Amino acid sequence: MKEVVEGSHAVSEAVRLARVQVMSAYPITPQTHIVEALSEYCADGRMAARFICVESEHSAMAAVIGAASGGVRTFTATSSHGLALMHELLHWASAARLPIVMAEVNRALGPGWNIWMDQTDSLAQRDTGWIQLYCEDGQEVLDTTLLAFRLAESASLPVMVVLDAFFLSHTYEPVDIPDQASVDRFLPAFQPRIQLDTQDPFALSQMAPPGCYMEMRHDIEAGMRRIPEHYTAAEEAFASVFGRRYGMLEAYRCEDADIILAMAGTAVSTSRQVVDDLRERGEKVGVLKLRMFRPFPAALLASLAGDARKIAVLDRNFCFGVGGIFAQEIRAALYLMDSRPPVYSYIAGLGGRDVTPETIEEIYVRTKQSERPAPESVWIGLDPAACPVCRTD
Amino acid sequence: MAVKDYIRERFFPHMWCPGCGHGIVLNSLLRGVEQLGMSKNEIVMVSGIGCSSRISGYVDFHSLHTLHGRALAFATGVKMSKPELNVIVPMGDGDALAIGGNHFIHAARRNIAMTAIVMNNRIYGMTGGQYSPLSGYGTAATTAPYANIDHDFDVVQLAKAAGASFVARTTTFHARQMTDILKSAIVHDGFSVVEILTQCPTYFGRKNKMGGAAEMMEWFRDNTTPIGSKAKQENPDLIERGIFVQEEKQEYCAEYENVIKRATGGRS
Ligand SMILES: Cc1ncc(C[n+]2csc(CCOP(=O)(O)OP(=O)(O)O)c2C)c(N)n1
Ligand code: SF4
Ligand SMILES: [Mg+2]
Repeated sequence: MKEVVEGSHAVSEAVRLARVQVMSAYPITPQTHIVEALSEYCADGRMAARFICVESEHSAMAAVIGAASGGVRTFTATSSHGLALMHELLHWASAARLPIVMAEVNRALGPGWNIWMDQTDSLAQRDTGWIQLYCEDGQEVLDTTLLAFRLAESASLPVMVVLDAFFLSHTYEPVDIPDQASVDRFLPAFQPRIQLDTQDPFALSQMAPPGCYMEMRHDIEAGMRRIPEHYTAAEEAFASVFGRRYGMLEAYRCEDADIILAMAGTAVSTSRQVVDDLRERGEKVGVLKLRMFRPFPAALLASLAGDARKIAVLDRNFCFGVGGIFAQEIRAALYLMDSRPPVYSYIAGLGGRDVTPETIEEIYVRTKQSERPAPESVWIGLDPAACPVCRTD
Repeated sequence: MAVKDYIRERFFPHMWCPGCGHGIVLNSLLRGVEQLGMSKNEIVMVSGIGCSSRISGYVDFHSLHTLHGRALAFATGVKMSKPELNVIVPMGDGDALAIGGNHFIHAARRNIAMTAIVMNNRIYGMTGGQYSPLSGYGTAATTAPYANIDHDFDVVQLAKAAGASFVARTTTFHARQMTDILKSAIVHDGFSVVEILTQCPTYFGRKNKMGGAAEMMEWFRDNTTPIGSKAKQENPDLIERGIFVQEEKQEYCAEYENVIKRATGGRS
């Protein structure tokens, strides 16, 4: 049934429908609405689950790792500093091969305390062995959360569902909330692969000496390599029940595009509009929506965007000393092609600054007009009055 | 120095809700600092994150704004780098005892000279009213819509057991007592803990049908009593106010000075 809900509640509705059994979280803006709704579902009986409101995010992830080791379906949600605090446990969850699902609301890191949209928090966790799926709108948030459980459980790896702070977490949109029976058809009860079993006791997460540590890591990597296959199967099943599918990446009007704009999150919606407008003016431009990150679908990326003359990446994140993170990843993904389009890297919309149609059009125009990419990321919209570096006086 | 001189006027009006108790704490604290005749150059305020921690934005002391829960850990570094400064650490109940609980007990155990103010409104105010480790059994919060089953800490007992050498409690109703206690806490040479029961009418008050700010403060008046009072003997449910612990004990920075002296044979 279609209801008007905010992005946060699209997450909590999906978690309810997924019949999660144990959840744990610590509140942090802008994740709070997700966990408040879940507390309510547990309190009023809409969910037969336990919600543990712990004393920090570190404890939240530890608690869901414990619960997942006990063989139940688990969920947590966080943002920004909460995610950073979980870092140690993120490695633990993936290496223990536990299919935990987490909603992560993209928010800036301090200092310079800032509660607004920024992707650096989740991208900084790219080496932790978590699958990351970025969402564009409320429906996609709900669908991706459901899909995440199936993907996590089929791959025995944890999944992070990522949504923009406020632009998505707090925006109300019509979302089709499926009925329980359909969700049950798509997502059967969790069959744990790894589980504490008191009838057959064994030790989880024990010491791994040099003689086996590498093999264990190689096994996780093999699991990661199979994600596209698992993902496609899960999406197939999802589409057969709900009729919707998103792909690992989505190419919008890219077939004959000279310039492809690439980005993740809600800015994709804005870019679709800009692309339509530019197309009306005869510009050959498309958008590549980055949805799956870790594993990064390099081969698919090459096939969808490899023929463009230029790729312009909009990063709402930054790696100091290098540049935009998605741009680096895309450059690396194209490296093995015989000939590849140059990748232009732009930084915009950090710490909640708006990415407007003008921002995106500026990126397009700059890319079109320049011969080759600048060696460093180009920052769009810096205010010279506020910027100590670019001030000229 | 007038109280006004301790304030960063450009940051006003403050962001607290009408009736929030945190402003009373700011007021009593500044009066205490003024009565002690302290210059603002000898005070460092270190805060974490929460409505309570915003206090550090409004005072014209050196201030270090840190992570949620970590203020005492940062403050320990500040104090060790400049032991001559007075370090004041205002914290919320969540800040001090949920995410920061570990730092709290260890700072107390070390007995490092600083003043930890726990502004206990029994809720996470800043994030919108989720229950905290001080909400207590049976209370309501956005994460406990019907009733919380978590038990709360007794901050005074916890601080005592962890080794703090100054431990006191007061409320926003008792603003003068608060000033007196804060003065004693600031001059105390050791780790001082001052728990201040304060009202969050917006979340704790509303969720628990406590009425507005005035009613919540009347609750503090009617449900607290001086330590060891006759009223307490008659009604054990009353919460005691006053100074529970005030003892001399080796202070960490001073002890470290001795270590350095011993190690360098007095050469440093
Ligand atoms: C690592 C981390 N987790 C969560 C938060 C979100 N957060 C900010 S303040 C706060 C709690 C505030 O409650 P309290 O400390 O009691 O202060 P109050 O606002 O009630 O004065 C929380 C959970 C954060 N900033 N950082
Ligand atoms: S939410 Fe509560 S603690 Fe925060 S300013 Fe408002 S009344 Fe004070
Ligand atoms: Mg509080």
